[in-house]
Amino acid sequence: MIEARDLGVSRGGLPVLTGLSFTLGAGEALILRGPNGSGKTTLLRTLAGLQPPLHGELICDLDEIAYGAHADGLKPTLTVAENLQFWAKVFGVVTITPALAALDLQALRDRPAGGLSAGQKRRLSLARLMVTGRRVWVLDEPTVSLDGTSVALFAAMVQGHLNSGGAAIMATHIDLGVAGRVLDLAPFRATSAAYVADEGGFL
Amino acid sequence: MSIWEYANPKKFLTTSERLLPPLWGLSAVLMLGGLIWGFFFTPDDYRQGATVKIIYLHVPAALMAINAWFMMLVASLIWVIRRHHVSALAARAAAPVGIVMTLIALVTGAIWGQPMWGTWWAWDPRLTSFLVLFLFYLGYIALWEAIDNPDTAADLTAILCLVGSVFAVLSRYAVNFWNQGLHQGASLSLDKEENVADVFAYPLYACMAGFAVFFVALVFYRTGTEIRARRMAALIARERMAADA
Amino acid sequence: MSALLLRDLRLALRAGGGFGLGLAFFLIVTVMVPFSVGPTPETLAVIAPGVLWLGALLACLLSLDRVLALDWEDGSLDLLATAPVPLEAVVSIKALAHWLTTGLPLVLAAPLLGVLLNLPAPGYLWITLSLLIGTPALSVIGTFGAALTVGLKRGGLLLSLLVMPLYVPVLIFGAEVARRGASHLPLEAPLLMLAGLTLGTIALMPFASAAVLRVNLR
Repeated sequence: MIEARDLGVSRGGLPVLTGLSFTLGAGEALILRGPNGSGKTTLLRTLAGLQPPLHGELICDLDEIAYGAHADGLKPTLTVAENLQFWAKVFGVVTITPALAALDLQALRDRPAGGLSAGQKRRLSLARLMVTGRRVWVLDEPTVSLDGTSVALFAAMVQGHLNSGGAAIMATHIDLGVAGRVLDLAPFRATSAAYVADEGGFL
Repeated sequence: MSIWEYANPKKFLTTSERLLPPLWGLSAVLMLGGLIWGFFFTPDDYRQGATVKIIYLHVPAALMAINAWFMMLVASLIWVIRRHHVSALAARAAAPVGIVMTLIALVTGAIWGQPMWGTWWAWDPRLTSFLVLFLFYLGYIALWEAIDNPDTAADLTAILCLVGSVFAVLSRYAVNFWNQGLHQGASLSLDKEENVADVFAYPLYACMAGFAVFFVALVFYRTGTEIRARRMAALIARERMAADA
Repeated sequence: MSALLLRDLRLALRAGGGFGLGLAFFLIVTVMVPFSVGPTPETLAVIAPGVLWLGALLACLLSLDRVLALDWEDGSLDLLATAPVPLEAVVSIKALAHWLTTGLPLVLAAPLLGVLLNLPAPGYLWITLSLLIGTPALSVIGTFGAALTVGLKRGGLLLSLLVMPLYVPVLIFGAEVARRGASHLPLEAPLLMLAGLTLGTIALMPFASAAVLRVNLR
């Protein structure tokens, strides 16, 4: 569903990753590992189509990808249901009930999102993935501020998604218990030689 | 041998360094020659007296104020379409020159207007258009200064330049319309092209050519500075990356 | 599309949404004018159409930083950009929401504020009509400015600096319609120019706004 060949990505005009190749098929999960600043977010934003790759080939259907950013993207004055309903309408999905159920948000349904705790906001933000109806989830640090119970809920949600033929690629440091390959980004770190090659003759 | 070879920063630098001395020299000869000829060897106008001689600064500056924006528009288009960094940097380098030309045109216009029209400033369509052009330059330069990432800044300023050009033309027509709506006829505007006799015209052409060559030289020079600044930033970034690895 | 419009309207109307601030600003500017130019009814009658247009323009301008900045800060702009809605449509809807929550109230308030400035009788119709036709252009052009400055920390002043020169033609034709209307002069030409400007900007500016937004989201 996603295929990257010799992919390079850049952040703020500096290459961060080069020579990255991987494939992701239906039912598979890919977990990105790497220290801070290793380019996880940049790679995920590139996969989501928010920025063009520096070089290499990226074969994926942008209409299949649901991007889950580091930020929650919630509106504090809208209720939990309204926040979710909005994205459901944008993506043309009919019901938000399964999404609420998957992350145990039914009881919070009519609370304004601004009054939720950080973990509850995170759960709401993750529930959004269920109302996109898209098959490839691209997730940036999805488990930040989640407690043990919520991580288990999230892991079950991801597993269910994979079992129904979806795929997921995520940057995370904890072990979710979801079967998936781990991709360490450290070997693909861009060197200054890659920088010289991309700097259009200024060096 | 294609013109796009000069899109390479190094090639541009070496070529512009070769071209700059003759360009400086030519602009100095044309400007000094034109100004001295115009100031001291033309008769006074029968109506305007010696004040008419400010024309040798006013008209060339006004001409370059518009042409500088036009050059920025072309350079921005080249950046948007072909993504040559030198083109974006040339547009950036031309903007301060253009705004100074606009300012010279406005100030010499005011100095000329005082004795001729009895006022330093009138909301004449032409004056107003130059004031609006000045505001466009101001916004363009401010946007370049506000953004850190050079490619983002180049993209955003290029689109602002394209959109701004359309609105500058619209403003020109709007201002023409607006002032006729207030005072009928153009009692204050004076159509320079038709008034100027040959004795005044030849030194004026020399000054215009001098200003044009001076503008080209300045833009080459300033683009070189921008390229060197970019190169320095790139060298620092490379060192930092090498240190991190 | 309609979901986005409804969400933006709902956000504007709920507590802290800033709805009504533009209107209050318009009121206060209009009240300050007689304090600065004197209370002579004749003077006020002459400048009333221009003052109302300028006040409406400034009220529009000051509310522009909310058009995209909030969605940028909380990350929903990234999510909208990856949603199955073209970015051109997103910026158009944002401009429409801005007009409905800021421009339209200004249009409706302008004749009332005209009373304070001793606006001549035929002027009421034309100030309302010219603002009704002109303010959509202000919202659409302003959204372009908001998209240009969305990534900047203190973009507010820069936003004004960038947008004001783009407002010049709209202000000239809009105020001209109102002024001529107030003094019984023929006004077809500026009215048609104003309408043309509004239609042209509505048709073309979203492409420029979406282009700069894409650059800023990179």
